[in-house]
Amino acid sequence: MTQDAMALPTTRSGLRWRELYWLVNLRLAIGLTIVLILAVGSLVLPLFNTVDPSVQASYWKNLPPSFKHLLGTNALGQDTFWYLVYSVRNSLVLGFVVAIGVTVISTIVGLSAGYIGGSFERVVMLVVDTFITIPLLPILIILGAVIRGSSTFLTVGLVIIIFGWAWGARTVRSMALTLREREFINMARFSGANTLQILVSEIFPYVSAFLLVGFINTVLFAINTEATLAVIGLSKVEVPTLGSIIFWALSYNAMFTGNYIWIVAPIVTTVVLFLGLFLTSTGFNAAFATKRGVA
Amino acid sequence: MGIVQYVAKRLGLFLAVLFIGLTITFFLPRLMPVNPIDGYISQLMSLSSGSLSSEAVAELRVNLEELYGLKGDLLSQYVSYLERVLLRFDFGPSFAYYPATVSDVVLNALPWTLALLLTTTVLGWALGNMVGLVAGYFHTKRLATLLEIVGILIYPIPYYILAVSVILLFAYVFPVFPLSATFPVGEMSLNKLGLILYNAFLPALALVLAGFGWNILSMKALAIATTEEPYVTYARLKGASNWTRMTRYVFRNAMLPQVTALALSIGTIFNGALLTEIIFSYPGVGLIMRTAATGGDYNVLYGVITISIIAVATAGLIIDLIYPLLDPRIRHK
Repeated sequence: MTQDAMALPTTRSGLRWRELYWLVNLRLAIGLTIVLILAVGSLVLPLFNTVDPSVQASYWKNLPPSFKHLLGTNALGQDTFWYLVYSVRNSLVLGFVVAIGVTVISTIVGLSAGYIGGSFERVVMLVVDTFITIPLLPILIILGAVIRGSSTFLTVGLVIIIFGWAWGARTVRSMALTLREREFINMARFSGANTLQILVSEIFPYVSAFLLVGFINTVLFAINTEATLAVIGLSKVEVPTLGSIIFWALSYNAMFTGNYIWIVAPIVTTVVLFLGLFLTSTGFNAAFATKRGVA
Repeated sequence: MGIVQYVAKRLGLFLAVLFIGLTITFFLPRLMPVNPIDGYISQLMSLSSGSLSSEAVAELRVNLEELYGLKGDLLSQYVSYLERVLLRFDFGPSFAYYPATVSDVVLNALPWTLALLLTTTVLGWALGNMVGLVAGYFHTKRLATLLEIVGILIYPIPYYILAVSVILLFAYVFPVFPLSATFPVGEMSLNKLGLILYNAFLPALALVLAGFGWNILSMKALAIATTEEPYVTYARLKGASNWTRMTRYVFRNAMLPQVTALALSIGTIFNGALLTEIIFSYPGVGLIMRTAATGGDYNVLYGVITISIIAVATAGLIIDLIYPLLDPRIRHK
């Protein structure tokens, strides 16, 4: 690596920092800052809150913003600010849980398909392409209608995992395909490593950079899918999420009653959060590309 | 890969998508711990406030099971479901629109969805790729970065936020368009066509915006890579103009992955269309799905979903069959 050759530091701490220089880029910096502020804020702030914001009629309805209610209250007598904080937290937690599940499944499927190959690969890719092509929303709607009432917030996440792993599997597999031909893989095989050992200790480290990017993209996808279902009232709308807050604001006609903050605040928050996650993922992508010397 | 093999492979995928899609829609709700008939009966019983005898309830259950095709074991249900759906296109009657059949209800709404979806997909794809092409071809210029920033800002915004924001902006803050769309029924006239276009403008705008961002970003990346190919340099040395190089050399090659991506993302685009219809009360398949889901009209729900899967799979097939026309390498091998 040219970076290593250039970095000839004098102190140990200097060495550590220069090794991380390739990570620095504007997109990553902005994205990570946004995501960290929202994540830490939504995880820490609830510790200072005493009233559960999902309980209705805790306060007077439609109060304007004040020091007691930073964003006012909504038509259900809930504090808009705290509802929004809990929404961001719940959406992020759901996103991370789903992304973990999706990453595990798509890595296993993609790596095994790309590395084992043959008719196994053809069958697996047929299933993957099918899952990519099938429109997800109708299936989620029918599930939502059938299990309505008895579903929990986690069921929604589980369904998103079941239908969300295919894109990742496709990416991982195409990477495994190019890796299969590389010299160091042959080297490992001639040294007597078996398929599992090669997958775990040779291919996985190489793929992990892409997995991180895929992970963040899956967080985006999961939050988006749950929010989409919630906006049309088919998720667990009693749980505050970035979708359910808009669902309640729309069903109580927040725009007409003059409670603009109720609908504009979640829209702004969602756009900022999604922009942050997207910049983080493309930032990491660019950073890894620089490190590999591609760009 | 020759053209015959290519078409055969795509047809195989088409059939697999249909089969797996129909199988999932059949089994998933049946594997759920809740029985829709129990829900429906308890709903009826609470409506009749206890005036139904237990024999009547049992009879009702048998009737409903027959209607929903829930009689017999899972395998025979599955076989009869596939046979009914694929061979006779029969989903039974709709409960909400009785005596209209499900096929009628869905087929009435389908043209609305198709018109909206086709127009916006083509527009969003064409506009996004044009902007992306210009941004990628002139990627050393300052303006290109500005175009890319537009893409970065629009792309991550979810569909539902775009839709709600478009309503907020153009129907509330600047009341140019109607808050909720109203569509005239009956005979078609020029006047009515204008009214339909006027009412469909906002949902279409939201959909075009949604397709726009991704196409800019991915086309820009492809165009930058293609611009550096030797054959583009050769064209420049040969004296081909900027315009010719951009359209005939860079675009023709950078377009191919974009067509493949369009075929793969057609399901996602369809999701967006459904959602847009629901949010804007546009009288298409999505709105029917929403009404059926809240009203417990399971026949309609099944019909809409099955027809959606067929429609999406067919659209993907058509795009992939157009592909050899665009990529001569597949034709000539």
